[in-house]
Amino acid sequence: MPAKKLNLRKRYELLTRGMGWETTYQKMDDVFPYDSFEGIKITDWDKWEDPFRLTMDSYWKFQAEKEKKLYAVIDSFAQNNGQTNLACASYLSAIKLFITGVTPLEYGAHRGFAHLGRHFRGDGARIACQMQAIDELRHAQTQVHTISHYNKHFSGLHDPFHQFDRVWYLSVPKSFVEDAMSSGPFEFITSISFAFEYVLTNLLFVPFMSGAAYNGDMATVTFGFSAQSDESRHMTLGLEIIKFMLEQHEDNLPIIQRWMDKHFWRAYRLLALVAAMQDYMLTNSPMSWKEAWDVYFVENGGALFEDLSRYGLKMPKYHELATAESDHISHQVWSVFCSLGNATGFHTFLPTEEKMDWLSEKYPDTFDKYYRPRFEYWAEQKKAGTFEYQKGLPQLCQVCQIPMVFTEVQTDPMQISYRVTEHGGDKYHFCSDGCKDIFEFEPEKYVQAWLPVHQIYQGNCGGPTLPEVLDWYKFKPEDSGDYIGSKDYQRWQEWKGADKKVKQA
Amino acid sequence: MSIEISAKSITPVRLAYGNLERRFGDKKPASRYQEAVYDIQPTTNFQYRPLWDKNHDIYDVSKTAIVMEDWYSFADPRQYYYGSYTIARAKQQEVAEHNFAFVDKRDLFDAVPEAVKQAVRNILIPLRHVEWAANMNNCQITDECYGSNFSSVGMFNAMDRLGMAQYVTRIGLLLDGNEEATLDAAKQAWMEAPQWQGLRHAIEDMFVLDDWFELMVAQNFVLDGLIFPLLYDRFEKKLTQEGGSTIAMLTEFMDDWYKETVRWTNALAKVTAKESAENQALLSGWVAKWTDRLSVALEPIAIEAFGDDGANELVEVKAELLDRLAKQGVTV
Repeated sequence: MPAKKLNLRKRYELLTRGMGWETTYQKMDDVFPYDSFEGIKITDWDKWEDPFRLTMDSYWKFQAEKEKKLYAVIDSFAQNNGQTNLACASYLSAIKLFITGVTPLEYGAHRGFAHLGRHFRGDGARIACQMQAIDELRHAQTQVHTISHYNKHFSGLHDPFHQFDRVWYLSVPKSFVEDAMSSGPFEFITSISFAFEYVLTNLLFVPFMSGAAYNGDMATVTFGFSAQSDESRHMTLGLEIIKFMLEQHEDNLPIIQRWMDKHFWRAYRLLALVAAMQDYMLTNSPMSWKEAWDVYFVENGGALFEDLSRYGLKMPKYHELATAESDHISHQVWSVFCSLGNATGFHTFLPTEEKMDWLSEKYPDTFDKYYRPRFEYWAEQKKAGTFEYQKGLPQLCQVCQIPMVFTEVQTDPMQISYRVTEHGGDKYHFCSDGCKDIFEFEPEKYVQAWLPVHQIYQGNCGGPTLPEVLDWYKFKPEDSGDYIGSKDYQRWQEWKGADKKVKQA
Repeated sequence: MSIEISAKSITPVRLAYGNLERRFGDKKPASRYQEAVYDIQPTTNFQYRPLWDKNHDIYDVSKTAIVMEDWYSFADPRQYYYGSYTIARAKQQEVAEHNFAFVDKRDLFDAVPEAVKQAVRNILIPLRHVEWAANMNNCQITDECYGSNFSSVGMFNAMDRLGMAQYVTRIGLLLDGNEEATLDAAKQAWMEAPQWQGLRHAIEDMFVLDDWFELMVAQNFVLDGLIFPLLYDRFEKKLTQEGGSTIAMLTEFMDDWYKETVRWTNALAKVTAKESAENQALLSGWVAKWTDRLSVALEPIAIEAFGDDGANELVEVKAELLDRLAKQGVTV
């Protein structure tokens, strides 16, 4: 008898559903203890539509092909000293920020999705989360491999994981991912898959990967292309999970809206580091932060939320403020890094004349008015030898952990935005209403925050002096400070020949 | 004669990431395996406690009773990182795909005696639920473990188990010309038939274990150490003798997989037991507890598979397992 043909959908269903069972020797609630405490109501997990129907055999097959290509490029890049083809060695500040600040997030996502991959009650949802868990592990591991060659030739890339747990500005990504990981599974997936991967991922991915392409970084751009198809699967999962939760029960809407508001703001604040990277660290910038925000959030995000409005989901709270801030945040964050450049694990540098002209063009309403004078003043000081790094440590926002540098852009862009609240007899400080709201909803969570500046003052970071703290970070003297005159700079000059003026000089 | 292409050579300023220099010295470049699995997991200064578990940090050594001075003492002898893992599995799946296509194209099942087919339905097909459970358990290990070496090996193992559950499912479909009758019957047996209930009960108890290392022992050391030799090796040999060599073609993946997996579970048993007398005692206790429980649970299945020889086959498999673990320093 000839076998009947199975259509792909049915075949996939048989290969993913029906293998799990209703447990009887142990209660289902004990086997899956974490998927109800958040208040999300799921009436029928079988309604979960798998966004990508991948069985393991095809997963192995496709992914192995991608890996072979990626490693061929990485090997060839190393063999041919591809690092000498960069636009400028100062570009590597972006890669230093990436491996210390982003790669650990991939690892966190790997563990977080493994948690969901075990603990969601629905079989289909579990498999989708497991696929993402192993993809995220891939990204962490391939990023370490891709950047390994740069570590052999440049400063500041040698201890990314030690630094992620300690360095003052890396607590921004660390607190972001640990916020999601310490939440329940539905909040985690709303944060990572929807707010981050779906709504905002282009604002992380495009700046870094197009930045790599524009600056001769073949290794990173190859990784970017290789990860792209994983990312589109992840984005599809993000949209699917939101629709699934919203369709399952009307009571889910207000919970999801609150998570959306919270994690949009959390992720957006994290992206302030990317904004600075995009506008200042890249020698050649493919697009400004503001342009990226307009395209990827205002246009694409707007269309997405219009589509989701039939479920009652609204644009995330404070999105108008985020758009208003897009004229400012990259300049503000880069200023902080420059003023504390003796305590960063990457090189800082003042924008060149050419770069400032580009910024004036991209930010006609704000750059010349508010930020150019500051950079020009510092440039004069540097020339005169009177420039000094900021003494003392900045106050950090209790939630996003970024120094208090954001301003009241809608009323007075020269006025620092500063919010405060009291809890348990103590005062807590915030950079924005967004961060303050997040704290006030879950104060017992955010009072736990490991704030680097507080920890330094409490003596938990190697000692009371800056050199002791930097030593505790495992920053080497050549990792910090101005790019000009640094070891990276000297090495670059040797390769490129002293006569060929490098762009930043 | 050799030809030499001249390439510009640039002396590197260092050969490896700092964590690897501190572990392995700074004289030679680190391997891709070392770069991919060592020290990526955060270890300190956690921001918030999990909402559902206020007693532990996000990553916490106290989630198991096993104590290691250095959780990276364990190294996977296969040196798997994502790239080498997927490339190895892609090769294996290519062979499996070829075998499935061959059996299908030549209608090889037509030549298999009905009694053998029925034995496959009764004994092998319900194992798709066992593999599914192994997927959940290894996902649990990936979730709860300490160290990126463990989460890496746990993750690969979890996905392997999903893959094998899917291969078993495909055997069930192939047996019945893509009808679901075999799969449905196997699930019913898994849920209701007396011979499977001891195993299902034990597996459901494993789902709620608190200690991830105990789960590692119960699932990856003991249950796999009994089921794979007993059913994918010995039982398949019996089926082959009875005219069912076709089945062995379709489970070649499982056979190869188990031979490979034993290498890292042995290495893990060894390094963990060697660490301290306390670890050794914990491992021995868990091995004894789960070997007793699971060999009792498997007995009715062994008897169904081997008839009168069943009990004896199981005794031999159990002895081999305990002997192998004893060689790693885990004596019961």
